[in-house]
Amino acid sequence: MADLPDASISYELLARMALIRRFEEEAGRQYQRAKAGGFLHLAIGEEATIVGTTSVMREEDYLIGTYRTHGHAIARGTDPKRVMAELFGRVDGTSGGRGGSMHMFDAERRFMGGYGIVGGNLPIAAGLALSSDFKGEDAVTVCMFGDGASNAGNFGETMNLAALWSLPILFLVENNLYGMGTSVERHSAQTDLSKKAEGYGIPGHRIDGMDVMAVRESVAEGIRLARDERRPTLIEAFTYRYRGHSAADPEVYREREEVEEWREKDPIESFARRCIEAGVLGEREVQAVRDKAEQTVLAAVEFAEASEEPPLDTLYENLYVLDSDAWYAVDERSPEPHRGERESTMPDAARELAEAGAAYAAHDDGPRPNPATHGDAQEGIEPEVAEEIEEAAD
Amino acid sequence: MAELRMREALRDAMAEEMRRDEAVLVMGEDVAVFQGAFKVTEGLLDEFGERRVRDTPISENTIVGAGVGAAMGGLRPIVELMTVNFSLLALDQIVNHAAAIPYMFNGQARVPMVVRMPGGGGHQLGPTHSHSFEALFLQVPGLLVACPSTPADGKALLKTAIRDDNPVIFIEHESLYGTRGEVPEDDGVLRFGEAAIRREGGDVTIVGILKMAHAAAHAAETLAEKHGVEAEVIDPRTLRPLDLDTILESVRKTNRAVIVEEGWPHGGVGANLATLITEQAFDYLDAPVQRVTGADVHMPYSRRLEQAAIPHEEHVVKAALAALEGSI
Repeated sequence: MADLPDASISYELLARMALIRRFEEEAGRQYQRAKAGGFLHLAIGEEATIVGTTSVMREEDYLIGTYRTHGHAIARGTDPKRVMAELFGRVDGTSGGRGGSMHMFDAERRFMGGYGIVGGNLPIAAGLALSSDFKGEDAVTVCMFGDGASNAGNFGETMNLAALWSLPILFLVENNLYGMGTSVERHSAQTDLSKKAEGYGIPGHRIDGMDVMAVRESVAEGIRLARDERRPTLIEAFTYRYRGHSAADPEVYREREEVEEWREKDPIESFARRCIEAGVLGEREVQAVRDKAEQTVLAAVEFAEASEEPPLDTLYENLYVLDSDAWYAVDERSPEPHRGERESTMPDAARELAEAGAAYAAHDDGPRPNPATHGDAQEGIEPEVAEEIEEAAD
Repeated sequence: MAELRMREALRDAMAEEMRRDEAVLVMGEDVAVFQGAFKVTEGLLDEFGERRVRDTPISENTIVGAGVGAAMGGLRPIVELMTVNFSLLALDQIVNHAAAIPYMFNGQARVPMVVRMPGGGGHQLGPTHSHSFEALFLQVPGLLVACPSTPADGKALLKTAIRDDNPVIFIEHESLYGTRGEVPEDDGVLRFGEAAIRREGGDVTIVGILKMAHAAAHAAETLAEKHGVEAEVIDPRTLRPLDLDTILESVRKTNRAVIVEEGWPHGGVGANLATLITEQAFDYLDAPVQRVTGADVHMPYSRRLEQAAIPHEEHVVKAALAALEGSI
């Protein structure tokens, strides 16, 4: 077992993990209040894998992840306020409300994104590593993905390319035992995922992803190999999400006892206990960590609530980079009139007809979507309805 | 001016931009040692070396995805997909990633990448090697789509594409690689979204892309010689952005339009353009917009059947005459 680092690092590791835990709990609560829409994938239980990894990365290193990356952004230093605002779909969100839960991003901290397509981030990671290598920079790319992604075609393709081109990259499988609701045994012929890149010349090993110190030690070595020797590695970290795949997961595929068993190995509790037993941190400091996380997360919710909805006239912003002067028109459907559209009256007539039709349809008293389960309907939800949903959820 | 083949013009564009900007690199299947399946990258490896001209494994989605990541990391990759057909294997990276990333991350990342790919039928390559997917890419917000028909346009548009900060789908036509044409020897770039009027005329507007730009031009000559019809021939050169103004201006003058493409008819380039014309110049039309497209089948191997599935000059002539006869 790796030795504990000094008090300040131990405190920081514990604080980050506790903050992510508390953030995710609150994100789940806000989702039930219909403040956050779409899908919500929580990383509760996976904090040690996340924080252990980012704690040994340099500022210039790239991190790229999956659709479960609220915690990765926070671990990389993104303000939880901005992560929460993104969940709320507000202008101050990490992606200005364009991305949502699955698409966090923070260029400044080289957190190169959460991605909604399983395995979609793997080739991009190789490209980021290529850019560093090409420019003669020292930066390493850490690419994290789930056990399910190890079955995607991109996995094999990217492993091959990374090894072939000797890219400065570290692959880390966050093996939480299930690709959505399908267990590893049922989705992968090779259940030792650390072996899945061996054929491409990328060695792998398995670690306890619930032990932040084990993750740190292993990832630090993987990063060193990538940085100094241009040798990619594949680390398989065993971890576990206590919550369902997403908030809409009935969890029919696993037993309650299994969840309880993993909770015994809780990464935050066990690390806190170890720090106290070793005398590195005191009970009071551990409590302070919890209190601080609570305050930070409540402040994040307050911030997200206060943040504005994106103005409608920003709908087309950032679809294209427009400062390169190479061309003039974006899309004939954008709100601004384009050459050739000004004289037209037909679209106006069509729009009026459509609006009239919509107004007529609104008189229909047919069944309306349940805002608690229907993501699209959450916007503009009446306050009393939100309260009802919250009561039902509590 | 120098007379160059299309493939040479495209090669020159890449070589010039690579000399100009150290961040430009080329990667794709057989682009280096083999010098390109269609010899478009000939000579690049010798001049720029393996660091900047990179052979890749046959892994289309990952080649494009690595291009996306490299572009996000500050490089300007030119990714060659051996043919348009193989782009289907890379659609996830093109649509879900390259096109979406600048928007979904609210401008924090840019993807200045060019994906070059040749397509089109006519070489008896059968159903999986003869596609025309202009319409497929045209549909995706976030992408720019270029489809040059002459060596001069090919060179100038490719240079623009490489310098542009957006992901560009650069569609070439396999049958046009050997086409010769005058190419300016300057450092000229061509703005996207500027159509070329290849021939002026007042009777009917014919819009054609890629190889069909040539079919349109030939048809116009025949219409003039044999039918006394003066057609205006327009090559949009880029489909996103589209120079709709030039097309509408012409249609308001001629009151008739024919659109020619090699792709499938449903949801095609012509279907889209016909809608735009109908929406925005309906009052000027004297006849329904005519479309000339590839047949609604998978490209057959038999030369006889294949030729029947691809539009030719005579189809364009017929469509133009139909537009002239029709009235509403």
